[in-house]
Amino acid sequence: MLIRIRKASDPLPSEIATKDAILNRRAFMQAAAASSGVALLPMFANDARAAMKIDNVMKTKWGADEKPTTLKGISSYNNFYEFGTGKEDPAANAHTLKPDPWSIEIAGQAGRIGKFGIEDIIRDNQLEERIYRMRCVEAWSMVIPWVGVPLASVLKKFDPTSQAKYVEFETLVDPKQMPGQRSRALDWPYVEGLRMDEAMHPLTILAVGIHGEILPNQCGAPIRLVVPWKYGFKSIKSIVKINFVEKEPVNTWQAQAANEYGFYSNVNPERDHPRWSQKRERRLTGEGGLSALFAPTVETKMFNGYADEVASLYSGMDLKKYF
Amino acid sequence: MNTRTQRRIFKPLVFAVSLLPFGYLAYAIYSDTLLGTQLLSTDPVQKLDRELGDWTLIFIVLSLAVRPLADILKRNEIVAYRRMIGLFAFFYATLHVASYVMFHLKLDIPTFLKDIAERPFITVGMIAFTCLIPLAITSTKGMIRRLGGKGWRRLHMLIYPIALLGLLHFYMMIRADFSRPYIYGAIIIALLGYRYWKKRNTDARRNMRAAATA
Repeated sequence: MLIRIRKASDPLPSEIATKDAILNRRAFMQAAAASSGVALLPMFANDARAAMKIDNVMKTKWGADEKPTTLKGISSYNNFYEFGTGKEDPAANAHTLKPDPWSIEIAGQAGRIGKFGIEDIIRDNQLEERIYRMRCVEAWSMVIPWVGVPLASVLKKFDPTSQAKYVEFETLVDPKQMPGQRSRALDWPYVEGLRMDEAMHPLTILAVGIHGEILPNQCGAPIRLVVPWKYGFKSIKSIVKINFVEKEPVNTWQAQAANEYGFYSNVNPERDHPRWSQKRERRLTGEGGLSALFAPTVETKMFNGYADEVASLYSGMDLKKYF
Repeated sequence: MNTRTQRRIFKPLVFAVSLLPFGYLAYAIYSDTLLGTQLLSTDPVQKLDRELGDWTLIFIVLSLAVRPLADILKRNEIVAYRRMIGLFAFFYATLHVASYVMFHLKLDIPTFLKDIAERPFITVGMIAFTCLIPLAITSTKGMIRRLGGKGWRRLHMLIYPIALLGLLHFYMMIRADFSRPYIYGAIIIALLGYRYWKKRNTDARRNMRAAATA
């Protein structure tokens, strides 16, 4: 599989998504659009929670052959324990999250550290559409058309030093905005981490949208990680801190059950979860009822089907040991 | 109202109420298929499994609650509905296992057998389900007569370990947030504790009487 990623500097005009409705709410969308010279007509929506189209998203080749899960399917069913442990809880409870304004603390081994508004963090970046498979560790999967920017392009802005071997991410802690944090279902804040080369890999993105719309709160608004070759829980949501560190971070699920969840958590059909098989997955299309009940399961692929791109990151490593 | 009229009214009522969860799930599948709703979420395979498992545990708990309730309310006649409630526990347990094999595993029986052998929470669940089978079979009047009251009662004490295994099965499946198995656990332990307390009291009274007459 040949995959070429276009840089922001060479977008094909024909491949730039043009939408009639130009609705932009958050400043970073406007900044991104302004920087690429596209005229923008900011409009205000009556309903603050109404879906917001993101304009000027560059199409990419990623996942062009996959049929995406519907927006309703994606946004009504996921794990985001900050809003409750049921998979329909986030959609029901995430309206209390205030994603605007939002800032991220950059810390640790980097030339530029401090608090930055989200608009400063992804200004100058061309927003890209990446249609990725998302494989949950619970053996279900979706196909999600993300809108985002390569994480590498963001991290480079902060001049990580040679001591920066890993990147650690943290989710917001605020029980007022995240009612699930009133109970200790997990050890808050939710923490995730990547090795530097994983973080810098062109497949790794920071997402700000789904299906051409601003991320719904329950999907990790306003900004979240997406690492498509790892189990979904690695793709941390509603990020408030990015920390460049020397030592391997202890991610939340590893702290919760080290025998079940490791640091790497690469999708691996050869290593079963102690309680269930990882060989196959239920591909959720967003269509319910009998067609979903009788839909055949799909074979889970090594690195979630992205082995050509990422297997070299782990050459020589025993992936059953470093799971 | 005499006991017979009461039964004539309440038996169909208890039956109908016990069928409500099944009716709702059947309606949800119909509605999600033809009306475009998502009553069973984006992942109906999982949701159906969980719902049926939940209802199995609820009916097991209800069947255990009948005796204490009859004692507290001093209305022994409600024990007459216990058999039906127990059979509904078996009904939902059967659907739970069937939905797992049919929708989760797509009738892949080798994987099912492997699951039973290798995945402890499924092993535990299947032991509980297997133990329910003789209880369902011996629920008829003929079987009670054949086993004799004492033998039948002893066999049906299997419901105590079944409840605990069902609870364990639920607990072992969860990744985080154990609040629901804890709630079920507290109720089950209270219901079993009541029986222990009652038995100790009656034993003590019997001993006292025995001592008095000696």
